[in-house]
Amino acid sequence: MISDALKASTGKVIKMENQFYVDSDHLSKEALARKHQLETDASSRTNHMEYLPGMEQIQSDIRERVMSQTEQYDYTVYTSADVSAALEHEQCSIEDFKALLSPAAGPFLEQMAQRARVETRKHFGNTVYLFTPLYIANYCENYCVYCGFNCYNHIKRMRLTMEQIEHEMKIIADSGMEEILLLTGESRGMSDVSYIGEACKLARKYFRMVGLEIYPVNTDEYRYLHECGADYVTVFQETYDSDKYETLHLAGHKRVWPYRFEAQERALMGGMRGVAFSALLGLSDFRKDALATALHAYFLQRKYPQAEISLSCPRLRPIVNNDKINPLDVHEKQLCQIICAYRIFLPFAGITVSSRESAEFRNGIIKIAATKVSAGVSTGIGDHESKYTGKESGSAEGDEQFEINDRRSFETMYQDIESEGLQPVLNDYLYV
Amino acid sequence: MDKRLEDDKLVIGGQEFHSRFILGSGKYSMKLIEAAVRDAGAEIITLAVRRANTKEQENIIDYIPRNVTLLPNTSGARDAREAVRIARLARELGCGNFVKIEIMRDTKYLLPDNYETVKATEILAKEGFIVMPYMYPDLNAARDLANAGAAAVMPLAAPIGSNKGLATKDFIQILINEIELPVIVDAGIGRPSQACEAMEMGAAAIMANTALATAGDLPLMAAAFRQAIEAGRKAYLSGLGRVLTRGASASDPLTGFLHD
Repeated sequence: MISDALKASTGKVIKMENQFYVDSDHLSKEALARKHQLETDASSRTNHMEYLPGMEQIQSDIRERVMSQTEQYDYTVYTSADVSAALEHEQCSIEDFKALLSPAAGPFLEQMAQRARVETRKHFGNTVYLFTPLYIANYCENYCVYCGFNCYNHIKRMRLTMEQIEHEMKIIADSGMEEILLLTGESRGMSDVSYIGEACKLARKYFRMVGLEIYPVNTDEYRYLHECGADYVTVFQETYDSDKYETLHLAGHKRVWPYRFEAQERALMGGMRGVAFSALLGLSDFRKDALATALHAYFLQRKYPQAEISLSCPRLRPIVNNDKINPLDVHEKQLCQIICAYRIFLPFAGITVSSRESAEFRNGIIKIAATKVSAGVSTGIGDHESKYTGKESGSAEGDEQFEINDRRSFETMYQDIESEGLQPVLNDYLYV
Repeated sequence: MDKRLEDDKLVIGGQEFHSRFILGSGKYSMKLIEAAVRDAGAEIITLAVRRANTKEQENIIDYIPRNVTLLPNTSGARDAREAVRIARLARELGCGNFVKIEIMRDTKYLLPDNYETVKATEILAKEGFIVMPYMYPDLNAARDLANAGAAAVMPLAAPIGSNKGLATKDFIQILINEIELPVIVDAGIGRPSQACEAMEMGAAAIMANTALATAGDLPLMAAAFRQAIEAGRKAYLSGLGRVLTRGASASDPLTGFLHD
């Protein structure tokens, strides 16, 4: 693992950076030239703070509230006394939460885990929820430099037909899974809202809970997708540092940072029951990103108290054509610190830990704070039959968004959770 | 069951129960249900409809013995309309006529919405359900629930899962004093002593889940709850003796100088 910072001979701390840019032989000369221009010439890129035509703008003060706290957050000022005090307080304030995310809390990891476990058991008992993602298309119109689906990455692209989607769903449902998360690449052209809506209708036939992780859409589109059977929307903000975001999302709709930020609020306005939040840890300053993620959830839940709130905690992973990508200074200890701090600050919120993490880490973290894990995961397209049954599907398969780490099947995961003395739950939800 | 309590029955919607312990929903396992029935004597078990009817790995209905009354709840409902839909679904699933109404518009504290609960109670009572509403202990709302046809009222003792005991004690006492229906204390009971205290006050029954589910020895804790509830009930029936809460008792009456 690469250390969080290297001290140069001058004593100055130099941050490690990922090398994201990869050129493909398959790109035309013009495409390559455009790609290089986007990468090297900031003036060639659009204004990432400006809404594009068709993007709904809502009146909301959430962004200002989250970002004013985040921008002021100097985690170097917190001391071990602040961390001790935060752990002693019965109610965790925003200031306490900031202390728990700071480097000063590092030596308190065990105490944080103990406290987090108490909060988790009080609010969730011994239960751990299970779900699986289903990628239905991997076309993408964006150039997000760290993502396997980005439009300049040469991968096998695919969009499943409704028949293929239903086939995949049957295989997953037969395994026993009751909750599904439908995902697409971010392409309105190749996977439009009505296509996703039809997939939701199919999913309602096979699953009790249907979540979505798609490109952000307008309120009326969320309302339509809710009517089609979806009830939970996950949007990763990737990083809450808009300047850093600009350097990572070089082209496409996804480049518009504020429209993405407001996605969860539009989803709730459109009638969705719950929303999930996340930063992709390793892209930017993880402490600030963790603070902003939790505050985003916190302020939105105060505004929409009926909303179910959950947090995901993904770290950067290698992708097809770039196996060097890694989460830099967010090691497992830092990830655990973030998750414990999330739990103590938001004891009622769901916390999801995906198959990006190892089986060992996930076995440990469900005993402390995580309440939801994925199992039987594929981030590729149309490959559940081969992955679940070992049978070749005979049809084409699309490439994966990122490499997963924990490859356990639904059955193994179910047994492993039980053997940890916890109770696997397949569904706690009713679409009404 | 102590012989002296044999004739002391809890009556809800015309149905008689010997046990005054009701297992709440939330954290389920086979072991918990076994302990609740065998060791705590539970005759009513709450069932979250949103978790029912799942596949073979965890079909909760299969866990529940036939001689136990199912109390499906409407958890997950955010308003009266959703609660009514869930209650009807429970009846379709074969859960019987009992229903516990839970309506929460707040995912943080899970506090019940009394106003919507009254509305749902009225609709469901008219449809023949035996309605047991979970409520914030407010006298006016409790009267409205009684008038709407509730078969019992279920005030919360403390926020769900907090194990804080009788945080709303004074307000629950007012309901016990004023409402003719069984007052079943729900949510927040973390220890047998707290259950005992509520029963001494005159509560008709106790609902708990987390306190059992998270105990080190489930059957032992279940038995402790049974004994605590029975002890509290006996104390209540016996008429509590003198309990001095402040000052001392003067042996010479202060008003002894009055002659006319």
